[in-house]
Amino acid sequence: MATEIGKEYVGVQRIVGPLVMIEGIDGVGYDEMVEIVSDDGKLKHGRVLEVGTKAAVVQVFEHTTGLSIGATKMKFLARPVRIPVSEEMLGRTFNALAEPIDGGPPPIPKDLRPVSGAAINPTLRHHPSDFIQTGISAIDAMSTLVRGQKLPVFSASGLEHDRVIAQIIRQAKIIGKQEPFAVVFGAMGLKHDIADFYRKSFEESGAGNNVATFLTLADDPSIERIITPRSALTLAEYLAFDVGMHVLVVLTDMTNYCEALREVATAKGEVPSRKGYPAYLYSDLAALYERAGQVEGRTGSITQLPLLTMPNEDITHPIPDLTGYITEGQIVLSKALQGAGIYPPINVLPSLSRLMNDGIGEGRTREDHRNVSSQLYAAYARVKRVEVLAAVIGEEELSEIDKQYLTFGQHFEKEFIQQAPDEDRSIEETLNLGWKLLKYLPVSELTRVKEEQIAKYLPKD
Amino acid sequence: MHDEPVGKVSWVSGPVVRTMETRGVHMLDMVEVGDERLIGEIIGLNGDQATLQVYEDTTGLKPGSPVYSTGYPLAAELGPGLVTSIYDGILRPLKALADATGIFIGRGVRAPSLSREILWDFTPVVRNGQEVTPGMIIGTVPETERIEHRVMVPPNVSGIVTSVASAGKYKVDQEICRVRTPQGDEVPLMMLQRWPVRQKRPVTRRLPADTPLVTGQRVVDCVFPMVKGGAAAIPGGFGTGKTITQHQLAKWSDADLIVYIGCGERGNEMTEVLVEFPKLIDPHSNRPLMERTILIANTSDMPVAAREASIYTGITLAEYYRDMGYHVALMADSTSRWAEALRELSGRLEEMPAEEGFPAYLATRLAEFYERAGMVETLGGSTGSVSVIGAVSPAGGDFSEPVTQHTSRFIGCFWALDKELASARYYPSINYINSHSAYTEFVADWWKKIGGEKYNWEAMREETVDVLRRDDKLQQIVKLVGEEELPDEQKLILDTARILQNAFLQQSAFDEVDTYSVPEKQLRMLSVILHYYHRGSDVVKRSIPIYKYQQLPVRNEIMRMKSRIPNDKLEEFDTLERAIDEQIDALIAE
Repeated sequence: MATEIGKEYVGVQRIVGPLVMIEGIDGVGYDEMVEIVSDDGKLKHGRVLEVGTKAAVVQVFEHTTGLSIGATKMKFLARPVRIPVSEEMLGRTFNALAEPIDGGPPPIPKDLRPVSGAAINPTLRHHPSDFIQTGISAIDAMSTLVRGQKLPVFSASGLEHDRVIAQIIRQAKIIGKQEPFAVVFGAMGLKHDIADFYRKSFEESGAGNNVATFLTLADDPSIERIITPRSALTLAEYLAFDVGMHVLVVLTDMTNYCEALREVATAKGEVPSRKGYPAYLYSDLAALYERAGQVEGRTGSITQLPLLTMPNEDITHPIPDLTGYITEGQIVLSKALQGAGIYPPINVLPSLSRLMNDGIGEGRTREDHRNVSSQLYAAYARVKRVEVLAAVIGEEELSEIDKQYLTFGQHFEKEFIQQAPDEDRSIEETLNLGWKLLKYLPVSELTRVKEEQIAKYLPKD
Repeated sequence: MHDEPVGKVSWVSGPVVRTMETRGVHMLDMVEVGDERLIGEIIGLNGDQATLQVYEDTTGLKPGSPVYSTGYPLAAELGPGLVTSIYDGILRPLKALADATGIFIGRGVRAPSLSREILWDFTPVVRNGQEVTPGMIIGTVPETERIEHRVMVPPNVSGIVTSVASAGKYKVDQEICRVRTPQGDEVPLMMLQRWPVRQKRPVTRRLPADTPLVTGQRVVDCVFPMVKGGAAAIPGGFGTGKTITQHQLAKWSDADLIVYIGCGERGNEMTEVLVEFPKLIDPHSNRPLMERTILIANTSDMPVAAREASIYTGITLAEYYRDMGYHVALMADSTSRWAEALRELSGRLEEMPAEEGFPAYLATRLAEFYERAGMVETLGGSTGSVSVIGAVSPAGGDFSEPVTQHTSRFIGCFWALDKELASARYYPSINYINSHSAYTEFVADWWKKIGGEKYNWEAMREETVDVLRRDDKLQQIVKLVGEEELPDEQKLILDTARILQNAFLQQSAFDEVDTYSVPEKQLRMLSVILHYYHRGSDVVKRSIPIYKYQQLPVRNEIMRMKSRIPNDKLEEFDTLERAIDEQIDALIAE
């Protein structure tokens, strides 16, 4: 259908929230991009959500303010929503549709790519196994990040997730390798001051020229947010699989994205599933999160670090719940830890990295990594149980061994999890620190580590 | 048939498409939509309007586009070449798709499930003039080192063989046999046959399922056993280890063939299977695991309608190999994603929802699927089975949601995964209080043959479960008063439960020795732990403080026996038992 030119119509039937219903059309395709001109000549964008023989439902990305029934002009472009991509986009800031908003000229596009992307053929995926050192012990030792992984951060409002993410971006590296890397930052409904914080943090670290930002602020129209992550991932795919860069994609905040989806679904009058979110939320999120990984025959990779705030710190809320089912683990932040003055406030017990086992061990981190991490998990889980018991019967009544666990727990939180926002620990330091803390427990409790490892790594004194 | 349109598109909303001016089509017919000929299926008819679900992305599809019918329902191609392959939900080979469109899956790509080029070594087993009935074996083909493919008379054909190919190399679509039916029709037969995926393949009769599906996973085999021909569910919230448990079962089960369906799950997980299975050696045949595996990968980002179909294509393949007389185990990860695909499509059809937005027919569909499991006498007269193990991903980890609840009505084994165990990295995180198996008594006879009276599986299992249950009750008290306050008899129960949990039930998938335990090793391990427990009672009865018993050096040996004593050195358990007796005798003599 390449020869067909777009069709223009004047006048629409109905406007409901972000949706416009138009009748009397012909030859319009599903998911096509639409240009909309309001009465005062402002250009807006949209796409076809549903189409029949004579009518279509169009979702408008910008505000529908200023649109009228009689005078709204609509042009159907006979192609899906696409954005220009190029290496020149690094160091720049764009809106959801990749139009520059930093005052600079539009970069010269190398290609135009549809933002919706396509599924990666699983037979051509390359199984991720390159360890990324973030310099944060709670992540490196316990929920290791691997290149090509999608590892979300589950946070809650009021937590220091932005500081944690900025620290990861600054410190993330593959040990012993210097390869071209880039950060694509997709911000959905971000507050102005947070956007400033990130910009400063990128500039201070000298990474500013390697970051492309797609920015929709909290007061921008919410529907734009539906396109933001897609545009960010489309550029990331180009940089990774065409140019050969290692791309870290940060998407924040996925909760804002999901709320925009819900807004559209509600306006359309769809049958809601949990908490009013549409039944296709899982498939929709999967279509974003699965756009990560490494593929055969291409040098680059996409590692995703999405952030979401759990409403009311509830991990069973549909957004974190469905995300956890799609992503390869999660880093969970906790108010209780932050309240105790611990930074980064990473709660290691519900945190998980599913690709960890392939990225660690001999030749990657160290041969004792898996066992020592498993031992720390088991011990810290016991600490949490003992704390509950201590709250009931009092610390004095605890058995000797339980008291030892409590001591271990205090040191674990204060020395292992806690570190400064600019402290970059090597994996060697992190693992040795783990062994040092295991010293607070009797050797007979260390059943998850091997005897040879105890002999080699457990401090003697 | 392919060239005359049977209707025109009138409405498009994602994977759901309506047509107008439709004629000459049937429910569930496979159709091709638009100029790109996207693959779809008719799921509703109303006058000259049809409702279709399309298995590919419908971006750009316009009302007015033509719709073509293939004239037959969505069917699986059956024949040699299935084993070791990886398919999408509608059985397109993913390797061929990769050759056609590269790293991203393109649209409108057609590729036959079975290669038309490969020459297979066919050896006939029927003669000219022989009478054949449905399901009888015509000839055999070595499909892999492990699987002998048995070409069968299709379920709807019988008569007299009028010609049969001599032993030699043939392609799947070449005629290899001809049968004259009682009506006088000559039916040519090929190695390639088709079967509609939504219809179960016929059998002579169902047989009682009383042979365990040995998985080498101790908590399964010894506490919640599964049978060949049974149905099991693994429900668990995210991060509780469903997938790794499914992988472990796919790797070590003593089935002849594994059909693994990645239904709406992660792409990297399928890649892991693809990387790992060819390298892993099956302990039952000493051949790479891939030689007995068929993979169906419809990852979460692939079209939702094909995800709905993937469960049916998978079980059709499993039934086909069952009909050859094989024991097939089917793993579906995850059935919740399939149920959600139903919900998503139902929503687009604007059907009235029942619980939590799921359609009212959810329970019926689940029952139809799990009922295709079973131990059977095949049409050809042999014994075969399909065992189904479905992962369930309950929303919010809450087992009261509809998919978990309905599933639990149709299965015999319920392996409930536990978030708390998983967060202590205790795997498999099967909760031994909330899980159950209805097959326990059926497999007792089989275990009696393995262990005899000395290692009595039934008695040891009962005692194990009893200790764990008493421990669970005592833990409630411990939460209130602490362990120190309990009498030594009760401390012994807590102690034994801890040993059972850490030294027996917990099993590492990453430890070379521990990852798989033969039934004999499982019995010996249980016997050692229970022996230590019984001798502990002797100690406690003599009012010797329990901490002395807990500090015996042999205890460390018990804790580490799972990874220290390999499957082929079971005599080391004798040494261990002697050490227990010596040390406890010495303790008592003090």
